[in-house]
Amino acid sequence: MNILTHFLAAIGHTVLGVLAAMGRISIFAGQTLGHMVRPPIYLKEIGHALLSVGYFSLPVVGLTAFFTGGALALQIYSGGARFNAEAVVPQIVAIGMVRELGPVLVGLMIAARVTSSIAAEIATMKVTEQIDALVTLSTHPMKHLTVPRVLAGLIMVPVLVGIGDIIGIMGGYIVGTRSLGFNSAAYLQNTVNFIEGLDIISSLVKGAAFGFIATLMGCYYGMNTSRGAAGVGKATKGAVEAAAVLILAANFLLTTVFFSI
Amino acid sequence: MIELRDVHKAFGPKKVLKGVNLSIPKGTSMVVIGGSGTGKSICLKSVLGLVTPDSGMITLDGQDVMRAERDSFLARFGMLFQGGALFDSLPVWQNVAFRLLRGSLKRPKAEAREIAIEKLRRVGLTPDVADLFPAELSGGMQKRVGLARAIAAEPEIIFFDEPTTGLDPIMSGVINELIREIVTEMGATAMTITHDMSSVRAIADNVAMLHGGVIQWTGPVSQMDASGDPYLDQFIHGRAEGPIEAVR
Repeated sequence: MNILTHFLAAIGHTVLGVLAAMGRISIFAGQTLGHMVRPPIYLKEIGHALLSVGYFSLPVVGLTAFFTGGALALQIYSGGARFNAEAVVPQIVAIGMVRELGPVLVGLMIAARVTSSIAAEIATMKVTEQIDALVTLSTHPMKHLTVPRVLAGLIMVPVLVGIGDIIGIMGGYIVGTRSLGFNSAAYLQNTVNFIEGLDIISSLVKGAAFGFIATLMGCYYGMNTSRGAAGVGKATKGAVEAAAVLILAANFLLTTVFFSI
Repeated sequence: MIELRDVHKAFGPKKVLKGVNLSIPKGTSMVVIGGSGTGKSICLKSVLGLVTPDSGMITLDGQDVMRAERDSFLARFGMLFQGGALFDSLPVWQNVAFRLLRGSLKRPKAEAREIAIEKLRRVGLTPDVADLFPAELSGGMQKRVGLARAIAAEPEIIFFDEPTTGLDPIMSGVINELIREIVTEMGATAMTITHDMSSVRAIADNVAMLHGGVIQWTGPVSQMDASGDPYLDQFIHGRAEGPIEAVR
């Protein structure tokens, strides 16, 4: 009986902890959105964040999408050969990249590159009293640090997803035409014919949602770090884990929504 | 006049402040001393609203600091943080002129830079430091930049959190002298937190000792050595034996 009670108590404790964390994150997200539409708006900080989240993420996003598109083409070709469906490579690469792999891979790359960087930077600012210094200098930390980064996530990650989709399709195209014997014009024609407007919309909406999640988690964990170097490490790890899990969960939800349209 | 009345603050089961009463008259320099972990920084951060007290009242010129309009309230303050708390991503001059580059005190960029360089000169730094980044400065230079930032907008009230921690005795003396000079010439109200008795003697008009969550003793610095308070005596002479238990 005692063991059962302890077991149930442990489950209850964990569930309460998760619910409390979800509540705190929801409040933080609401506050961020509230500050986004109220002045002052720090344009210089937003500009820096757009560059940092968007432009400087291009190499890693491009390379990831290119190799994934190429590998996808090979897999579809070899898998399709089992039931004489090798010809569907352009269509499946296109739909796979645009609907699913493009947004998810870009989201996870942003979680690895941007979320970690935001969490570590803000957490370090917190433990070295730079956040307190901002307050004493009449500057709201949320407006100065969180809003520019989250706004950059919302704007730039869909752009990165769009670029990632194109590069991924190009990866499949290069493998398809150079290694698998596809005709170049036919490959491109099949790709263009098969993709629908809704596929592109779902890809970009997912990008915006993942960008919001990735940057918000970085800011939330950074702002709520505990003391010292260990606190910075813990915040960074927690931010990346939370961002990755939430991105995959949001992907499932959004896919379900778009699937029903 | 800054007044703390019966201020309490606890973190979980740990009661840090247990009824702090303290008055800092306008234009005077108050130094708060006390052992590590006695809540000196919490006192200071409570006045600024960085920490919210559990109970009690803190007033500035009779107005409750918690109800004050934040922007105009904070515009009256300057603060030197223990570690400098300079923004790593900004060059020195933008750190100093931070408040002058945004918000209600915003000035044109060229004017803000000019003021920053003048404030850097005031704390003994040459203009070529202005374009360096904080990571390129020594600890003493970072403190001076922090001091320049604290005085850049010519605040009425300046807080100094452990201004000489981590500095060698000569640099500590330089910083102490600068603080005294600046506070006197600006006519500012100052509140300093320190363990360093040479800082106390150089900076203070009045001294308050925080121990056990309350102000154990307060009075003019001239009366500190003859206070007869055993806690204060033990602290200022750095004795291991006395009413304050030393953890070994």
